[in-house]
Amino acid sequence: MSSISNVTDATIIERFAGIPALLEQAPALIVRGRFLDCECLLGPTAHPFHVSIRAGRIVDLTPAPVLMRSWRFSYRASPAAWAAYWQPEPRPGWHDLLALTKRGEAVLEGDLHPFMAHLQYFKDVLSLPRQHFAMTLS
Amino acid sequence: MSGTIEPMVGRYVHVEISGEMHRIYFEENGAGIPLVCLHTAGSDARQWRYLLADEAFAKNFRIIAFDMPWHGKSNPPASWNGDEYQLTAARYTETIRAFCEALELDKPVVMGCSIGGRIVLNLAINHAAEFRALIGLEAADFQAPWYDTTWLNRPDVHGGEVCAALVSGLIAPQSPQASRNETLWGYKQGGPGIFKGDLYFYRVDGDLRGRVETIDTKVCPLFLLTGEYDFSCTPEDTKRTAAAIGGARVTIMEQLGHFPMSEHPEQFRRYISPVLGEILKQSMQSKQGVQV
Repeated sequence: MSSISNVTDATIIERFAGIPALLEQAPALIVRGRFLDCECLLGPTAHPFHVSIRAGRIVDLTPAPVLMRSWRFSYRASPAAWAAYWQPEPRPGWHDLLALTKRGEAVLEGDLHPFMAHLQYFKDVLSLPRQHFAMTLS
Repeated sequence: MSGTIEPMVGRYVHVEISGEMHRIYFEENGAGIPLVCLHTAGSDARQWRYLLADEAFAKNFRIIAFDMPWHGKSNPPASWNGDEYQLTAARYTETIRAFCEALELDKPVVMGCSIGGRIVLNLAINHAAEFRALIGLEAADFQAPWYDTTWLNRPDVHGGEVCAALVSGLIAPQSPQASRNETLWGYKQGGPGIFKGDLYFYRVDGDLRGRVETIDTKVCPLFLLTGEYDFSCTPEDTKRTAAAIGGARVTIMEQLGHFPMSEHPEQFRRYISPVLGEILKQSMQSKQGVQV
């Protein structure tokens, strides 16, 4: 797992910033989120992004902090957790958003309704870098 | 007839539970040692369809899987008026024993997964002499909660979607997509509040810490098998439980999660085959009067 431990925070941030473009290439996933409009805070613990979702599309993704910007819920995980989650075959206990919260590598906060009502959508959106992440490491 | 017909047959048996007759749906295949299979919380006995259709196992085992009341094709009892459903350890135990009695099963093997694995431990504690062997999949005396079950049944969140999305993370990444989808379909089809009600047993009424030490595996052998990707009942939870039970056999299953029999049937078969083989061997030896 040395390749994962060597992943820099900058790599994780860069991959996270690429999620909106990956989502645009996943029309079925956008359809799944078609009733979702939400402001949320997602990403690496120390460098999260304000994410604006409209009808299942990410219309804005801006690095925090943004002065007085509100969010309904946040899901933040350590860079090591994102790196492990994005492996083609993640290790046991690092393979699911709620596995990461259970092991204390991620924190879920705020009004959880939009997250829980669209749980599979968020799991799938936040796993989108998985398909390209291994290439980053190689 | 040109269509492929699978070997299991489904029927209903009338079973008295808590003084009321219940119409229980079950499927079975094979002949020999009765092997009763218990599904996970919030799903139904379709999870066992690969085991039920297993030609080799069916030569020596009468494989039976039933839908718990409120699940699959076993409707709620006639007296139910829509009140909140809550499964208790006592009711779960009574249901299994009553089902086995209704079918007049002679010292069956019971294999349960998740809540079915937990209740298997309770059977081992209180009723070991009634069973030939007990198999707990994803079983432990207790496991730490990782979500609030109130999300499972509320009008502003789709119950089927949230139940399936929650448990999707318990399936190993290596599991075939079709089997993953089929496993989740069971959760999408559950009745409102039923998964939550099953978890009442898991979270509130079925804590067996401090009780499993009394299990005597000489009376009834106990096998515990847990998937490495199960972060709900972790391998550590199972190992901790087994450490308190003399003679309990533990297997950690690679590339499997919380639903081994349905999420990746072929992989599960590699692990359950030697267990069933050992039970068969012990059963034949005891039949011949050989001490085992």
